[in-house]
Amino acid sequence: MDRFSWTTGLLELGETLVIQQRGVRLSDGEEKVKFDSGVLLLSTHRLIWRDQKNHECCIAVPLSQIVFIEEQAAGIGKSAKIVVHLHPASSNKESGPFQSSKYSYIKLSFKEHGQIEFYRRLSEEITQRRWESMPTGQAMQVSKDSQAGRIRAVGIVGIERKLEEKRKETDKNISEAFEDLSKLMEKAKEMVELSKSIANKIKEKQGDITEDETIRFKSYLLSMGIANPVTRETYGSGTQYHMQLAKQLAGILQTPLEERGGIMSLTEVYCLVNRARGLELLSPEDLVNACKMLESLKLPLRLRIFDSGVMVIELQSHNEEEMVAAALETVSEKGSLTADEFAKLVGMSVLLAKERLLLAEKMGHLCRDDSVEGLRFYPNLFLTQS
Amino acid sequence: QMSKQLEMFRTNLEEFASKHKQEIRKNPEFRVQFQDMCATIGVDPLASGKGFWSEMLGVGDFYYELGVQIIEVCLALKHRNGGLITLEELQQQVLKGRGKFAQDVSQDDLLRAIKKLKVLGSGFGLIPVGGTFLVQSVPAELNMDHTVVLQLAEKKGFVTVSEIRASLRWETERARQVLEHLLKEGMAWLDTQAPGEPQFWLPALFTELYSQEITPEEAKEAIP
Repeated sequence: MDRFSWTTGLLELGETLVIQQRGVRLSDGEEKVKFDSGVLLLSTHRLIWRDQKNHECCIAVPLSQIVFIEEQAAGIGKSAKIVVHLHPASSNKESGPFQSSKYSYIKLSFKEHGQIEFYRRLSEEITQRRWESMPTGQAMQVSKDSQAGRIRAVGIVGIERKLEEKRKETDKNISEAFEDLSKLMEKAKEMVELSKSIANKIKEKQGDITEDETIRFKSYLLSMGIANPVTRETYGSGTQYHMQLAKQLAGILQTPLEERGGIMSLTEVYCLVNRARGLELLSPEDLVNACKMLESLKLPLRLRIFDSGVMVIELQSHNEEEMVAAALETVSEKGSLTADEFAKLVGMSVLLAKERLLLAEKMGHLCRDDSVEGLRFYPNLFLTQS
Repeated sequence: QMSKQLEMFRTNLEEFASKHKQEIRKNPEFRVQFQDMCATIGVDPLASGKGFWSEMLGVGDFYYELGVQIIEVCLALKHRNGGLITLEELQQQVLKGRGKFAQDVSQDDLLRAIKKLKVLGSGFGLIPVGGTFLVQSVPAELNMDHTVVLQLAEKKGFVTVSEIRASLRWETERARQVLEHLLKEGMAWLDTQAPGEPQFWLPALFTELYSQEITPEEAKEAIP
């Protein structure tokens, strides 16, 4: 920790921010220090740490001081860490929080995650050494290489050896996983080829294939995650699974819909249903495919797509056109309303409020006033007072 | 015919899963490799929660849950940034929400989850800017002109009409229309007190260096 210097935390000319991460604790080797909770910033030139509560407390170390870095995976009750091995501090280093340290490395604890991306970016910066080609306004810390070289030989060689061993071990595990993965993919590829040939046969023998067989084929495709080449036009992307799902949804969504005025956006439905499930979640495509079948299965809900592309689920008993009449009354009472204001008044999401007002406009009941101050709707007096 | 092949494949996948399921869960690079390989052979492991991949490897739940978290973060911040957020900020906020004991999430994971959310129709999309992405979560229409101005604004967090004229060689009217559209959508804020000419700031591009989140108490103290 004696390699750090106090700093203002402002970037110099020519220095760029690469990535930042909150919730990082610094340790001097194995010992905790008072830098417990801060934002860690990586620039092209330095590693900067700023206290989250006291923004004045800000320290930095130049990237040129870094020998190498390694990752330490998270454990139970322990955050993931990056260990940064440093050259000894140069004699012309600016003053910092520590005059001396018995360790030649520091640890960065990522209490709020973010360690994977940060490690990747830090590795990149150390490899690219952009600080060498981008001189900044401040005098750069020059590490005296020859002196550092001698001290390096002692403690760091042992660490490098350990790292090499760990690398070999990890490589072996990963290559086994990749080998198995490649073999698996070969088999999956065979399945894809097979499905293509079956799809072609279906196309040719249009009339000869039974509905049953087509349905079974579609569920095979679903299991494998293969897009539906031929049968989409004839029977849609849905399968037995989606039909069952549609019936389930009709049950689950009845009450929530009634609570929300009979209408919900598909993103709301996605969140609601998946939060309730906890496990074995639905994919967005599963949800859309199931909803597309609601009408044909004569269920009490239906899927509706507005001009803007926004997709909603409505109760069959819900009549958006009737709601428009009520909306017109509300707007007339207030003189004029924006989507935000209307949403707050009525207790709807802004997304759906906007769609209702747009529909009212499309039906000729409202006029828009489109300015930089926002989109405002007025009752259409051209229609009523002509 | 096909059902036999399918059963065989299912068994192979089960074997793979028993050995390497953890690898998928813990290792983002492995996830990327896995996804890329699937794409090469024409398979989408995230298409359905009922697919083999999802059921046996558990890839599905990871990404679908991430989808829910992304939707919630975007909704919570929409009033401030108009429905545009950088991939970095989204990652930070999602990690914050996931809590201490959840797995780490890489930017590649977020991109894949977002691509799947598009199908829900609420305007999810990705806009490439300055080496990263802006994530759009509202059904606002953003065409090439808007995207190019967003990319220009990415460097400093704001942009002016003169800069657009100089860099893109557009007429004033074209620049004005694009900026007005962004203002109307709530994605840009206008600073008329800037020295020189008005500046159009994008809250989505505010970083820790330009802005700090402060509590109401701290705000009271800061004002004389």
